Amino acid sequence: MAARTDIGPPNYKTMLPPVIERNYGDWLYHEILKPGVLMHVSKSGETLYSVRAGSPRLISTDHIREICDIAEKYCDGYLRFTSRHNIEFLLDDKDRVEPLIAELKDRGYPVGGTGHSISNIVHTQGWVHCHTPATDASGPVKALMDEIYDHFVEAKLPAHVRIALACCLNMCGAVHCSDIAILGIHRTVPKTDNSRVPNVCEIPSTVASCPTGAIRGDMKNKTVTVNEEKCMYCGNCYTVCPAMPIADPDNDGISIWVGGKVSNARSAPMFSKLAIPFLPNNPPRWPEVVNAVKNIIEVYASHARKHERVGEWIERVGWERFFSLTGIPFTDQHIDDFDLATETFRTSAQFKWR
Amino acid sequence: MANSETPLLDELEKGKWPSFVKDLKQAAGKNPMARDLIHQLELSYKDRIGHWKHGGIVGVKGYGSGVIGRYSDRPDLFPNVQAFHTMRVNHPTGWFYKTDTLRKLCDIWDKHGSGLTNMHGSTGDAILLGTTTDHLQSCYDDLSNAGFDLGGSGSALRTPSACVGPARCEWACIDSLDLCYNLTMTYQDQMHRPMFPYKFKIKISACANDCVAAIARSDLSVIGTWKDDIQVDQKEVLAYASSINIQKEVCDLCPTRCMEWNGKELKIYDEDCTRCMHCINLMPKALRPGKERGASILVGGKAPIVRGALLSWVIVPFIKLEPPYDELKNLIERIQDWWDENAKSRERLGELIQRLGMRVFLKAVDLPAVPQMVKAPRTNPYVFFWPEDLKKEVK
Repeated sequence: MAARTDIGPPNYKTMLPPVIERNYGDWLYHEILKPGVLMHVSKSGETLYSVRAGSPRLISTDHIREICDIAEKYCDGYLRFTSRHNIEFLLDDKDRVEPLIAELKDRGYPVGGTGHSISNIVHTQGWVHCHTPATDASGPVKALMDEIYDHFVEAKLPAHVRIALACCLNMCGAVHCSDIAILGIHRTVPKTDNSRVPNVCEIPSTVASCPTGAIRGDMKNKTVTVNEEKCMYCGNCYTVCPAMPIADPDNDGISIWVGGKVSNARSAPMFSKLAIPFLPNNPPRWPEVVNAVKNIIEVYASHARKHERVGEWIERVGWERFFSLTGIPFTDQHIDDFDLATETFRTSAQFKWR
Repeated sequence: MANSETPLLDELEKGKWPSFVKDLKQAAGKNPMARDLIHQLELSYKDRIGHWKHGGIVGVKGYGSGVIGRYSDRPDLFPNVQAFHTMRVNHPTGWFYKTDTLRKLCDIWDKHGSGLTNMHGSTGDAILLGTTTDHLQSCYDDLSNAGFDLGGSGSALRTPSACVGPARCEWACIDSLDLCYNLTMTYQDQMHRPMFPYKFKIKISACANDCVAAIARSDLSVIGTWKDDIQVDQKEVLAYASSINIQKEVCDLCPTRCMEWNGKELKIYDEDCTRCMHCINLMPKALRPGKERGASILVGGKAPIVRGALLSWVIVPFIKLEPPYDELKNLIERIQDWWDENAKSRERLGELIQRLGMRVFLKAVDLPAVPQMVKAPRTNPYVFFWPEDLKKEVK
C-alpha cells in the first residue's frame, strides 16, 4: 500500500484509558499517596492512580515491550511518558497499585520522581548519536542518578529539584532554566580545514553564523579565518560548515549552572546561572561532575526553607553566600561579558560577608 | 573468559538507576547496527570525543524533515553504523499510549532499524535511533500504514507538545491536548516541508506551572490562566490546616501577599493576585483556578544559539481558547509571516524582535501595547515615534 503523507500523529483520544475518557476535564484534586504514586479524584468520585517509574530514556524495543507487558498486566494496556522521560502506569483499580509497584521494584524500575524529589534528568544524545557534543549525555546522567537515587525514590528535599543535561550549547531540551544544569562546553577555537572548506562550506553563511563576528572570509583562498580572541567556542560555525570541527578531547568538558526554574509558582521563571565554569570529561563515571552536583544538592537541602527552589534559596541568601556555603571558588569566568552583561553587575553597596 | 570489549561502558551497567548500557547490549544481541554502536561508543569513552560526522541530507518522499542524517567517522572500524540515521516520530499528544500502538512501533523498528529508541526526544517526538539510507522510505511506509507520521526537523515547525492537561490535571485552564493536536494537524505542511528562516517551536501548558517548559524553550508559548477570582472552598482550607502551616507555607510565600489567614478563613484579595499557582499547588482540594479561563500567549523563548538564550515575552495577556482556535491560528500566521519576511537565515523569532524592536513587531502583527507586556517601562530617553504621531511641518 502506498504510504499516505501528512496524516499526523495517532489521535491521543484513542490512547486514553476509559477512566480518563469518562472524567476528562472533571478532575477535582489530587494527592501524592507516596513517592511515585499520584491519586486524582474526579467530580464523579472516580479515581485514577498514576505510578511513576524512572527510565534511562535510551531504551531498546525489548525494554518497551517489557513496559507493555507490565501495563497490560496491571493497567489494561494504558500508560504514558512524562516530559521528563519517566513512565507512568495509569490504572483505576486501587488493589492493583501495590502489586504493580512490587513487580516494578522486582524488575529494577525505580518508583518515585513526584513531589519534593529529584525527578529524571532531562538530557540529550551525547556521544551516542550527536555530531557536536562536548561530552556524553547518557553516561553522566547514569553516573549521577546512581548517586542521587534516594532523592528519586524519596521526596525529602525542600522543594523539587529539576536537573537537566545538554551535551553542547545547542541545548536540545533547553536546560538553561533548571535548578541544576549540566552543560557540555568547548574551550578551544574550531580547527579550520582549509582543504575542505572550499568544497563543503558556503563562506557567507559560515561568516554570518558567528555571534561575535570572529569569522572572516578569505576569498583568495576560498576559506575562512577565525579571530581567536573573539571566538567564544559556541560551535555554531561547525553546524553550518562541517570543515570547522571544534571537539577537543583535552579541553572539552562540563560546566554547572544553578538556580533556574520554569514554573511561575511564587517567583517568575528564571535562567540558571554559572556555578562551575569547567570540569573535565572523565568517563565512564565523571566523578568530578557527580561530586560537584551532589555537593550543591546537599548544601541546598540543609539550608533552604520549605518550598524554596534552588534559585529562590540563592536569591534569599545571596550569591556570595552560595559560593561560601558550597565552597565553590568564584572566578572571573563567573562575570558575564556577553550582551547585557552589565545588567548582572552589582550597583548597590548592599552585600554580605558571612 | 575473554576480556570484555567494552570495559568502560560495562562500568555503567552497575548501580541502582536503570542502565542505558543494558538496553544497548539488549539491542546488540539482535542487531549488528546496535553492536557496532556500542563499540563506537566505547571508543568515544576511551578517546573522550564523539565519532559522528556532520549529518547529510536524507529523507523520505514528499518530506523535507523528520529524518536526521548521521554517519560514523570510523566506518573502517564500524561498518554497520556507516549510516545511522534518526527518524522522529510524532508522539500521540500528551505522550499517552495504548500498548498495542507501542508494540506496532517496536515491530516496525526491529524490522528496519537498530532496535534503539529515545522515549522521548527533548522536543517530544518518539526517536527511532539509527537506520540505513535504503531503509528510510520502507520504514516510513510501514509507519504511515500503522497510523504514525514523522515530526519536524530543520527550519520547520517542530512537533508541538503539550502538558497532560485536562486528561489528568485539575489545574488545566485550557484543553492543552486538543489545542496541541489541532495545531499539529493544521500545520502538517509547515512541519514536514521546512519553509522558515529557522526552527519554530510551539509548546502548550494548561497552567502557570508550565510542565512542558513552554516559556523557556518555545518560540510561541501558550500558558493556561484565568481572569476572575480563585475558587475557594473554606471547609477544605480548614481541613488543610491540620497538615500544613497555612500562614507560613501559603500566605507568607505568596509573591503578592494577597492572602490573609485568621485560623478559620482564608481571605484572598484577588485584584492583587498574579495567578502564580503556589497556593493552589499546596491546597488543590481547597483552591481552584477561577471560572473565566483562557491563556496568555508569549513569544521568543529559545536556547542560547545564536545570540543568547531568551525566555518568552508576553504579547497577549489573555485570550479565550476554544475550538476551532481561529483567533490564535490567525495570530500565529501573522507572526510567522512577519518573521519569515524579515528574519535572516537561522534567526529565531525572539532574536528578530530583539533586532527590530517589540514596537515594530507589535505594529506588524496588529497587537496593542499593554502594561502586562513589560516588567517596567523603558528607562532610556531614546524614544521613537511613528511619523503619524508628529505634527507636519507648517510653512
